Amino acid sequence: METKDIIKPENLVYQKSRLMAEKQFNFCPGCGHGVVVRTIAEVIEEMGIEHDVIGISPVGCSVFLYDFYKFDVVEAAHGRACAVATGIKRVQPDKFVFTYQGDGDLAAIGTGETMHACNRGENIVIVFINNGIYGMTGGQMAPTTLEGMKTTTCPRGRDVKTMGYPLNITPLLAQLDGVCYVTRHSVHTPGNVRKLKKALRQAFENQRDKKGTSIVEVVSNCNSGWGLSPKAANDWMVENMFKKYPLGDMKVDGKLVMDMNAPR
Amino acid sequence: MEEREMRLMKGNEAIAEAAIRAGADAFYGYPITPQTEVMEYLMETDATARTGMAVLQAESEVSAINMVYGGASTGHRVMTSSSSPGISLMSEGISFIAGAELPCLLINVSRGGPGLGTIQPSQADYFQTVKGGGHGDYKLLTLAPSSVQELADFISLGFDLAFKYRNPTMILADGALGQMMEKIYLPEPRPRMTEYPDWATNGTPEGKERRFITSLNLLPQEHELVNIRLQKKYREMEKNEVRYEMIQCDDAEYVIVAFGIIARIAQKSIELARAKGHKIGLFRPITLYPFPYGQIRELSDNSRIKGFMSVELSAGQMIEDIRLAVEGRKPVGFFGRLGGMVPTPEEIENALYDYFNIK
Amino acid sequence: MAKIQGAITVDRERCKGCELCVYTCEKGVIGMSTTVNSKGYHYACMVNPESCIGCTNCGIICPDGVISVYRVKVEE
Repeated sequence: METKDIIKPENLVYQKSRLMAEKQFNFCPGCGHGVVVRTIAEVIEEMGIEHDVIGISPVGCSVFLYDFYKFDVVEAAHGRACAVATGIKRVQPDKFVFTYQGDGDLAAIGTGETMHACNRGENIVIVFINNGIYGMTGGQMAPTTLEGMKTTTCPRGRDVKTMGYPLNITPLLAQLDGVCYVTRHSVHTPGNVRKLKKALRQAFENQRDKKGTSIVEVVSNCNSGWGLSPKAANDWMVENMFKKYPLGDMKVDGKLVMDMNAPR
Repeated sequence: MEEREMRLMKGNEAIAEAAIRAGADAFYGYPITPQTEVMEYLMETDATARTGMAVLQAESEVSAINMVYGGASTGHRVMTSSSSPGISLMSEGISFIAGAELPCLLINVSRGGPGLGTIQPSQADYFQTVKGGGHGDYKLLTLAPSSVQELADFISLGFDLAFKYRNPTMILADGALGQMMEKIYLPEPRPRMTEYPDWATNGTPEGKERRFITSLNLLPQEHELVNIRLQKKYREMEKNEVRYEMIQCDDAEYVIVAFGIIARIAQKSIELARAKGHKIGLFRPITLYPFPYGQIRELSDNSRIKGFMSVELSAGQMIEDIRLAVEGRKPVGFFGRLGGMVPTPEEIENALYDYFNIK
Repeated sequence: MAKIQGAITVDRERCKGCELCVYTCEKGVIGMSTTVNSKGYHYACMVNPESCIGCTNCGIICPDGVISVYRVKVEE
């Protein structure tokens, strides 16, 4: 059959979510952010909650989320997304609220807000993109930067003696009683994206059922920050990031499922 | 006034009770002396059970003000209260709230500074409050109560002005007002809101254009337009919202300018001076922004008036605005106590005599 | 026996030439264009259209969501 005969509306099996706005993403070519942002829209569309959801986009590569979605979004100060989310959720408990934070926002400047929102078991979804670097500001060291990894503020590689160790924060958050679901995913293969989508769906359902805080971490590439092509960045990520930040569930339905003595 | 319930109340508790009666939807706070009783009262009286409002102790003032930002973005009546160091921590959040044009109510029960300072009253946060404590060109409509009654009455007024201008309202009180007890007539309760403004991000209903809240702009051309819109708003405030009180200025030769707790003490100083035949009056700014420049200028044009004295719990901050209003027409003296010290009526009286060498 | 045939469309102007779809497609359907879009990116296109089975992997992996996927069952 000719291609032009296949490309017909009735044969359409995949396209981006209708909740994506017209505005083009400002992410670098091949950046994992784009996939996560789109997958969230797919979950929200499929759950039919677009009229009851508020996204929070704090400072970082994700800050322009309000331009990309066709539902309500509030931009937040750097590090304060979880507090803004709490402020919204407490006056509107039956609306869906999610934050979309980078590693600097969640695990550096916003550690306090993140830790305490989780400790209060705020019924929100926290989407946490861990690419081991500050992307928006041009590639500086982040709390999750790996030992020896080069960034503009550790150009000779992160020296843990003077710059601290890579912070694997989600296992810490998983141990807080208010947290019901903690899982770590990636978007470098279609299979992983599908798993991420299930996890995001689970997270939003947890919120609907008021089970406490759900955290979906996505280990992702940063092509411009790492100075690699998208494909090479993904390969480097699998080789290095996954060692320190292994994929998989850490807490499901309030029960820890991770091996606490596994090497971190 | 009489049929309203009368109670002997501490300032901080009057704030809390008035907040419940003003139909507040949420209070996000953090403990700091001398205002912690606000949140304690809200918890003790179980405000959530009374009106369903949210009351939450955050992990820091930085978190609390960002909770306020979140709540405000949904068009609800949201507030916080703190004291000087806490307000400093909130300054980034306050600038964001002003930049995103969100209504909310802030209360500063000021204490002696700088640094950790003291827990006694102070007015040294004047500049921080009216000249902008955070970054960028923004203004806080600032109400300065000088009694527990005004503390209570300014809560719903503060919320209404915040929503009228989509801007934070600041109530600049101090440790004395917060801690002292006075007889007050409680405000009439009003219900919490059920309708919210169109701009509010509380989930866009079917068929409506979705909303978003931000204070970010990549294009300076766009952000200048935002700033111009803010400035127009502030001009409106300056035109419509100036509040002040003049006591015994009709025959006064010297006028004390003072707000808050000092305006109470100064009235005793005036009484003592008048008993000795000296005609002193009091001009009390109630809004510190917009400042009553025009009214003070008018007074300074009056030939009977020989001079002004700014009396503050600071090293002299409001005096600059008084001098801007008077523009050299008459001398403007200053007397202040620092670090949380509070002057006696006699100290103010004598300071006036010294400055204007009245025998 | 019925055979599945697929096809994709690419929003050329929005493609940033990251090539992730090229690596993801197990059937070698996708390659990069020789011409460039208005931003100067080579964009993805079907170089072996007949091999496409409409599995949607390229659509899912595309960070900018520029790929739409079609699939139809064809009787032999």
